[in-house]
Amino acid sequence: MSEGHHDQHHNHQHHPELSYWRKYIFSVDHKTIGIQYALTALVFLFLGFCLMMMMRWQLAYPGKAMPVIGNLFGEGNMPGGVMLPEFYNALGAMHGTIMVFLGVVPMVVGGFGNYIMPLQIGAPDMSFPKINMASYWSFFLGGVVMLASFFVPGGAANSGWTSYAPLSVIATQGQTYWLLGMVFLITSSLLGSVNFIVTIIQLRAKGLEFFRLPFFVWAQFVTAFLLLLAFPPLEAAAVLQLMDRLAGTSFFMPEGLVVSGIPQAYVGGGSPLLWQHLFWFLAHPEVYVLILPGMGIVAEVIANNTRKPLWGYRPMVYSLIFLGFMSFVVWAHHMFMTGMGTKISAFFATTTMIISIPSVIILTALVISLYRGCIRFNVPMLFALAFLPMFAIGGLTGLPLGLPAADIHLHDTYYVIGHFHYVVAPGTIFAIFAGIYHWYPKVTGRTMNSALGKIHFFLSFVFINAVFMPMFFQGMAGVSRRLYDQTMYAHGDAVQSLTRMSSWGAWMLGLSQLPFILNFFMSLVAGKKVNQNPWEATTLEWAAPSPPPHGNFATVPVVYRGPYEYSVPGIRGDYFPQHVAAEA
Amino acid sequence: MSVAVLPYTVKPHPVTGVYSGKLGTWLFLASEVMLFGALFSSYVLLRVGAPATGPAAWPSHAETELSWKIGGFNTLVLIISSVTMVMAWASLKMNDLAKARKFLGMTVGLALVFIIVKLLLEYIPKFQAHHTPSHSNFFALYFTLTGLHALHILGGVIVITYFIFPGSSLWKKDPEYYTNRIECTGLYWHFVDLVWIFLFPVLYLM
Amino acid sequence: MGDAHADISKHVKAYIGVFVALAILTIVTVLASRIHFSGSGNIVVALVIAAFKASLVAAIFMHLKWEKAPSIWWALAICAIFFVFLIFLPVLSVGDLPPQAQHGMWDVSPQAGAAH
Repeated sequence: MSEGHHDQHHNHQHHPELSYWRKYIFSVDHKTIGIQYALTALVFLFLGFCLMMMMRWQLAYPGKAMPVIGNLFGEGNMPGGVMLPEFYNALGAMHGTIMVFLGVVPMVVGGFGNYIMPLQIGAPDMSFPKINMASYWSFFLGGVVMLASFFVPGGAANSGWTSYAPLSVIATQGQTYWLLGMVFLITSSLLGSVNFIVTIIQLRAKGLEFFRLPFFVWAQFVTAFLLLLAFPPLEAAAVLQLMDRLAGTSFFMPEGLVVSGIPQAYVGGGSPLLWQHLFWFLAHPEVYVLILPGMGIVAEVIANNTRKPLWGYRPMVYSLIFLGFMSFVVWAHHMFMTGMGTKISAFFATTTMIISIPSVIILTALVISLYRGCIRFNVPMLFALAFLPMFAIGGLTGLPLGLPAADIHLHDTYYVIGHFHYVVAPGTIFAIFAGIYHWYPKVTGRTMNSALGKIHFFLSFVFINAVFMPMFFQGMAGVSRRLYDQTMYAHGDAVQSLTRMSSWGAWMLGLSQLPFILNFFMSLVAGKKVNQNPWEATTLEWAAPSPPPHGNFATVPVVYRGPYEYSVPGIRGDYFPQHVAAEA
Repeated sequence: MSVAVLPYTVKPHPVTGVYSGKLGTWLFLASEVMLFGALFSSYVLLRVGAPATGPAAWPSHAETELSWKIGGFNTLVLIISSVTMVMAWASLKMNDLAKARKFLGMTVGLALVFIIVKLLLEYIPKFQAHHTPSHSNFFALYFTLTGLHALHILGGVIVITYFIFPGSSLWKKDPEYYTNRIECTGLYWHFVDLVWIFLFPVLYLM
Repeated sequence: MGDAHADISKHVKAYIGVFVALAILTIVTVLASRIHFSGSGNIVVALVIAAFKASLVAAIFMHLKWEKAPSIWWALAICAIFFVFLIFLPVLSVGDLPPQAQHGMWDVSPQAGAAH
């Protein structure tokens, strides 16, 4: 009684009409913040894609001037429209950084997680709304710093998204911006992850026990733990690298380093491998951060569009938890080629093989969930279905990389690029598209155009495979990654036709996004208006109005059953929402 | 009318048994354990891999010229500040705001003593004696570890000072909420003390 | 509320007690560092004492002794496990090399290359 009374007092501060700034810019409402994250992330995804489309010109036509836009990048980067190797490296490093840290994670965690998770647990908002706002603006600042780095002397960071020492320590100014940008981004993630975990533990609606949570919420829960505990070592490492660059310390600098004939003025005694350990301690869990929310989205869309419960919900949840745990002990499979001993390599190879098991369980359960389903082939479902074989290819191609003997041949080749892009691009990004088409009606009250959506899907599916499938063959032919011109080498020249295929695939993939962009904006004003549950779904977000008002639910929902009660015998209609009381 | 009320900000959740701020603080502290853990791990790796001789060799304890007396004094200062911090919370539980503010003030005072001792008796003399971060990895780690720790102390000082002055008006509106916030601040403060408990022997005595 | 008073004064006794224990243990730490144990004995002793001091701070000052919320204990347990990975695995990767390769192993100068 007294608690509610006190909280009503607190709430009175929120009820008066807020100014434009407080409502749309510095909002503490999780839905506004979710939209801010999603829109910002979409811009960064687009930008990261543009960087790559530029790189693909240099790769397909090395040394040739880029048509039309080649002269826009300045004599320091592209004299006469021809890309310099340093600029290629900067584009590559920033493509990776932007896609991973400014694009995908803010989209799936900051965007989808923020908007949908509190709704799916029946909460009025996140546990810490002001911290939620702070985490968005920290992300925004980090993005600004990263973008600013393109314009400083020497250009943006160019030591790979992995920023390996000692190259990154002696690199140009842009690397310092990268490190500072990362500090902001890591802070944003840490604030967000605390919020997500506390919200899921504390603010679930009455009756919403842990094993009645939608799989999407479980995915966000595990992901938040990964972010919380894996990011701090990278923050520490970034501080150490900043010290090496700015204070002349030798954390990562070995004794006697000579660069281009010039002995470097460091006292030495440091270890480049220390950077790699600290970096990959985060970056391996980070790749699970990239995929888990995507799996969550796909699970929601599949359950909804097969009109039956997910097969193996509990094993999927246990697999998720096991996967999250294992992700912390596999990181040195990125370091098999650094001279580690055989015992420790065997340890990491073993853990890497073990971690493939929960992934397979989740994927298999999703596939089996289709069996005897009443499948609706709407646009979200098309993307969710495509996710399954695409993620399978990505996952399976990871296996030889996780075995040291095979990794000798494949490490740092295009095979690796093919592997991880299959998981993230036709994997997570397809999941993101599925999520956008699926939840657009909840956020806007209108559906996106289905015909445009199908065109977007089919074109994207074809061209994304055209981009990445050749890379496995390039890698097996020995073509190294981060090469500005593979035709310098006979073995690279021999497979240049594959490079051209990837490049043309990429440009066509870019064009294929136009129907989506058009659809996204057009539907905001001209999309078909729908009621609050157009997909006839069972989870709690569909019990709120579209879009939900501040506070989300007119009456706080109570949950009576699991999240995927579709086609329940004896119930009228083919779905039984979680919050609807049992019929008398 | 929508119910934009966040439950369990003050009273604990009936099932989980905790109010949200405390759970959030513990999670934040878990991430801080990983942050300082990474630095300790770096210390181990760099010390084990340091060359046996030459300018990059690991200095002996005598060569570091780190005074265990100063370190020990600072350790006691921080331990006392932890006591005053928890006494502040205890005073609030006994409904005594004035006493609590005095204890909070003592905590800030002791923290500033720690910082000043560090700055005047350690950092500045070290720089003057050319024991700088670029001089050897030992000092690089020493300055990074203690510097990051000192930044955490300063952060705590800012928060506690806020709660002594402007923040204390929350006591009138919702004393339990204010007490909880002091408890969470205390958790953070004790953690900072805890890190120092490990830093002291590792840096000053090994 | 009167209950809280009695509870809190018991707690206050505990706080003072822990303070005394911590002060004594600090002195013990310094004294123990004067004794030269073989091998890595000194660091082990120092860390064991530090761990004990830390557990007193955690249990009494941070109230873990009276903390019943499972979520907090889960968070700490998970954190402890990953902390162990973080501390031990990188250094184990270094240890898996022949001894002569371990010291100064990251010395890439030409002279060192000849020595290796």
